[in-house]
Amino acid sequence: MGHDDKKAKSSQVIDQSLKQVYDQMLEEKVPDRFLDLLAQLKEQENSGSRESGQ
Amino acid sequence: MSASDPRDEIVEHLPALRAFALSLTRNGALADDMVQDALVKAWTKIHLFEPGTNMRAWLFTILRNTYYSNRRKAGREVADVDGIHTEAVSEKPAHDGRLALADFKVAFDQLSDQQREALILVGASGFSYEEAAGMCDCAVGTIKSRINRARARLAELMQLDENEALELTDNATMAVVAGPKSATI
Repeated sequence: MGHDDKKAKSSQVIDQSLKQVYDQMLEEKVPDRFLDLLAQLKEQENSGSRESGQ
Repeated sequence: MSASDPRDEIVEHLPALRAFALSLTRNGALADDMVQDALVKAWTKIHLFEPGTNMRAWLFTILRNTYYSNRRKAGREVADVDGIHTEAVSEKPAHDGRLALADFKVAFDQLSDQQREALILVGASGFSYEEAAGMCDCAVGTIKSRINRARARLAELMQLDENEALELTDNATMAVVAGPKSATI
């Protein structure tokens, strides 16, 4: 059925495009500010360390 | 002090977090601010994370909550979109792969937040419907219908119904639409 074929085709185009766009975003280099932030958070905790367990 | 701090894992999820943030905000600077907020929250609220569960899903949930609460605070219906995607379609080539991907980006930007997030979570990030429903705090059926509606809307915006000969020609497509990396200022 032509209609279903078109539908399948259109889903395929959408899915592939979605993946490509997402992968493009994933491949972007993570800015240093985030690594720095994580390092800072860790450091803060270590210096003012008061373990308040869970 | 436990030998393995689950927070050590956070760094691995940074690319995915940024991609999700960008999908929601469609604005590079805003997305990164949001990721930063989410990281601080995740770090300080790690006791709320259940070991053994999906860390990425947990981080995405925090990010998502940050997005919606920021938006409510800002009192805006629509976030500013800086055109990271719209710039890709400076001109319309014939109906081919390039157009398909460029059109997709523009069409994607026009979906509602809920449709975009459902598509990204399930269609791109590989979460199950159930996981996505948990993250969006809604029913599985709701996620499914958002995705269906998103697909239908995309097909309509991309006029896929009328043009069946669409093929994605990967390399050419990427070369054309990749453009300059969207710098965060």
